[in-house]
Amino acid sequence: MNARTESARDPFALLRPLAALAAAVALIALVLLALGASPARVFAALWEGAFGNWFALTDTLVKSTPLVFTGLAIAVAFSGSLWNIGADGQLIIGALAAGAVGPMLGGWPRPLGIAIVLVSGAIGGALWGGVCGWLRARRATSEVISTIMMNFVAMQLLSWAVHGPLMEPSGAYPKSVAIAPAARMYMFAPPSQLNPAMLLALGLALGCYFFLFRSTAGFELRALGRNRRAATFFGVPAGAVAIWAMALSGALAGLGGAVQVCAITHRLYEKMSPGWGYEAIAVALVARLDPRWIVASAIFFGALDSGSQAMQRTEGVSPVLVQVIQGLVILILLALDTPAFSRLRESFGRAAEASASGESAAEGGDA
Amino acid sequence: MLDAFLNSTVSMATPILLAALGELLVERAGIINIGIEGAMLAGAFFGLAAAYFMGSLALGILAAMGAAVAMNAILAVLVVNLAVNQVVAGTALDILAVGLTGVFYRQMFGITGKAFMVRSMPRLALGPLARLPIVGKPLFEQSALVYLAFAIVPVVAWVVGRTRYGLRLRAAGENPAAADALGLGVYALRWQALLASGVLSGLAGAFLTLAYANTFVENITAGRGFVALAVVIVGRWNPWGLALASLLFGAAMALQFGLQALGTALPYQLFLALPYALTLVVLAGFGGGVDAPSALGEPYSRSS
Repeated sequence: MNARTESARDPFALLRPLAALAAAVALIALVLLALGASPARVFAALWEGAFGNWFALTDTLVKSTPLVFTGLAIAVAFSGSLWNIGADGQLIIGALAAGAVGPMLGGWPRPLGIAIVLVSGAIGGALWGGVCGWLRARRATSEVISTIMMNFVAMQLLSWAVHGPLMEPSGAYPKSVAIAPAARMYMFAPPSQLNPAMLLALGLALGCYFFLFRSTAGFELRALGRNRRAATFFGVPAGAVAIWAMALSGALAGLGGAVQVCAITHRLYEKMSPGWGYEAIAVALVARLDPRWIVASAIFFGALDSGSQAMQRTEGVSPVLVQVIQGLVILILLALDTPAFSRLRESFGRAAEASASGESAAEGGDA
Repeated sequence: MLDAFLNSTVSMATPILLAALGELLVERAGIINIGIEGAMLAGAFFGLAAAYFMGSLALGILAAMGAAVAMNAILAVLVVNLAVNQVVAGTALDILAVGLTGVFYRQMFGITGKAFMVRSMPRLALGPLARLPIVGKPLFEQSALVYLAFAIVPVVAWVVGRTRYGLRLRAAGENPAAADALGLGVYALRWQALLASGVLSGLAGAFLTLAYANTFVENITAGRGFVALAVVIVGRWNPWGLALASLLFGAAMALQFGLQALGTALPYQLFLALPYALTLVVLAGFGGGVDAPSALGEPYSRSS
C-alpha cells in the first residue's frame, strides 16, 4: 500500500492499473464466453452505451460525478492508511441531510439555497466519518468494522426517513418531499443533466491534490499512512489526524450524496447509492490514490456504469457485470503491487537488459 | 406467535453463526476476512444452482462449500502469500461475488423466466423433544444445518481453546513472526483457517438458498456476512459468545417480521439496524483491542 503514491520513483506505477484493467477485461471475456455470450458484442454495447451519442456521453459524466467525490474520499483516507469502507454510508447521510434541509429553503436566494444544501451534506458525511475516526483514535477500534456497521445504520436511517418523517404527503411510494426549487442545482443544457457540480468535483480533485501533496497536514497524513511508528515518533498526532482525516473523507463522500440530491434526484428514495462508496475503492486504487488521476478513473468507471444499461438492453447481460470488473481490477492491482511481483519483473528486466547488451543469458537468468 | 418468532430467530441466527465460527478461526490466525459476505453469497448461489441442475441436495451443499472455499483460496493467495492489504482484498471479493452471482443468475434464469426453486431441505424432528409446546418445532424440528451450526460451537471452542493446534493458531494471530521462528508454519495455519472458514461460509450460504429461501435473489445475503463479523466482536472471540450474539441478532432480525405483521408504531428499520448499532456500542464501550488477536489484520510477510 505504501508504494501507492510513489509514482515518480517507480516508472511502472502508472502502467500497472492499465495492466490490471486489461487482465480484468480478458478474464471477463472468458466468463462471457463460458456463459454463451459474445464478448465482442458485449464490449461494443458497453462502449456504445457510454460514448455512442450525446445522451450516452452526458450520462457517463453524470454517473462519474459521485464517483469523483467518493473516490477522493477514499484517496484521502487510504493515504493515511485509514481503511474507510464506509464512503457509501457517508454518501447516504450526506444525501439524507441535503434531502432533509432542502424542502425548507423555499424563497431563499438560489445560490445560497444550493450552498446550504451542499454544506449540510458535507457536514452530515463528516459526522458519519468522524465518529469512526474518533472510535479509532480514542477507543482503539478498527475503522474497518465501524465504517461497515455505519453503512448499514445509514441505509436503515434513510429507509426510515423516506417511510416516515420525510415521506411526501401522498405516501404512495417511499420517497421524500422534493427540495425547494431554490435549493436545486443550475443545469447547463437541459434536458441533459450536465451541471456545475461536475466542475466542483474537478476543483475538489485539484484541491485534494494540493492538500495531500503540498500542505503540512497532508504530509502528516501521508507520513502516518506510510509509517505510523516513525511519524508518531516525529510528533505527528496520530489520534487527531485519524479524526480529522476520517471527517474530511466523510465530508467528501457526503458532498457527493448532497450533489446527487441537489442536481439529479431532487428528493430522497430508499436507495440513493448503487454502491458508489465501494466502487470508489476501485476508482481510487486505479488512480494510485492521486486525486489528479481520480477524475479520469471515475470517468472510466462511470462509463462502465452508463454503458452497462445499454448492454443490458441489447445483450441481455446483467449490469452487475461492471462489479465483476471492479472486483477483478482491485484484486489484480493488489497482486501487481506486491514485492513478489516486483522481484519477478526485475528479474525479467535484468534478463532483457542482459540479452540486449549481448551478455550471457545465464547471468540474467539467475537473478 | 411465539413459536413463529422463535423459528424465525433460529433461521436468522443459523447462517450468521456458521459464518461467524469460520471468521473466528480466521481471526484467531490473525486475518480479518471482509470477503466473508462474498464467500457466503457465492455459496448461496452455486449451491442452489448445483442442487437445481443436478437434482441433488448433497451435491448442492458440496458445491456451496466448494464455491466459498474457492473465494477464500483467492483471498489466501493474496493476503497470506502475497501479504496484500486484507481489508481491500476482502472488499474486492465482496464486490466480485455480487457481480459474478448476478451475471450467472441472469444468464441462467433471466431469459427463460423459469422459477429457480428447489425443494427445501427436510426438517428432522428430534423425537419427543419436537413435540414440546412452543419450543418443540422451532428448536427441535429444523434442518440438519441448524443442528450442525450449534453442534460446531463446542467443537470450535475445544479446538481453539484446548488443543495444541488451537494454541498454534492463536500464536499465528498474536505474534506471527515469533510463531514462525518456532517453526509453527504461519502461512500453512492461516491457509487452513481460511479453508475451514470457506467450508463454514459455504454452509451458511447453502442454508440461505437450500433451507431458508429455497430460491435465489440477487445479493440474497444482504449483509449477513457483515453481521457475522459483528458477531465475532460482540461475542468477544469466544465460540459460546458467538452463539449467544448470533441468537440475539437473529432475534432482532426476526422481530422485524413480527412487528410488520402487528403494525406497531416502532419502525421496523430500527430492528434491522440493531445488530450494527449494537456492535458500534460494544466497540465504543469495550474498545476493539481487548480480546482481539494482536496481529489481526496486519499484513505479515515471512521475508521482512
